[in-house]
Amino acid sequence: MVQEDKVLDARGLNCPLPILRTKKALGEMGSGQVLKIVATDPGAVKDFEAFSKQTKNPLLDQAESGGEFVFFIQKA
Amino acid sequence: MDEKKLAIIATKGTLDWGYPPFILASTAAALGYSVEIFFTFYGLQLIRKNLGHLRVSPLGNPAMPMPVPMPNLMMVLPGMEGMATSMMKSKMKAKGVASLEELRDLCVEAEVRMIACQMTVDLFEFDTGDFIDGIELGGAASFFEFAGEADITLFI
Repeated sequence: MVQEDKVLDARGLNCPLPILRTKKALGEMGSGQVLKIVATDPGAVKDFEAFSKQTKNPLLDQAESGGEFVFFIQKA
Repeated sequence: MDEKKLAIIATKGTLDWGYPPFILASTAAALGYSVEIFFTFYGLQLIRKNLGHLRVSPLGNPAMPMPVPMPNLMMVLPGMEGMATSMMKSKMKAKGVASLEELRDLCVEAEVRMIACQMTVDLFEFDTGDFIDGIELGGAASFFEFAGEADITLFI
């Protein structure tokens, strides 16, 4: 299991807010640190993959349980 | 690798059509794009300090979902526009959709460059003091200066 350095609660937020908040949170973190994001927007699954690919911040892991989507993104 | 560029022309000033320019601009900025929005005609409404006046109208828009089906002709009735506007606002709030002001603030924070079309500002006699800070005035040529080098250009 990946260990996070910071958690972002994006539950109840809709597109594009989870991505925008993630970008902001990553900006306040150091290289190599891991951000855990919890979201409820089903569109976030594709969006976080796309965000990771385009910003080159690796998406280390993702999971879904009970309508909540969890992502672990490492700051490049 | 050079920074990618997104150029947007925002021409509409209703509550619903205000969203695409600000959603795309803020997201592109988060993805590392350099972004410019050129506001012209009714799009100028989107850069006024207060956005409380923006409405959405079901009149002439048969695609707008309504609680009960009714002929579009009924939408001329007084109060329909106000009803549709408050319905959309409360739905957006309930679904966690950001307000236009919030998305616009995020664009400003992300240094999205915003240009107001000088010709239409003059045409509609907009008071530029009524616009948010940081708005530049320019014409079609200044749009092309940026759009000419853009990877993506959208007319909204």
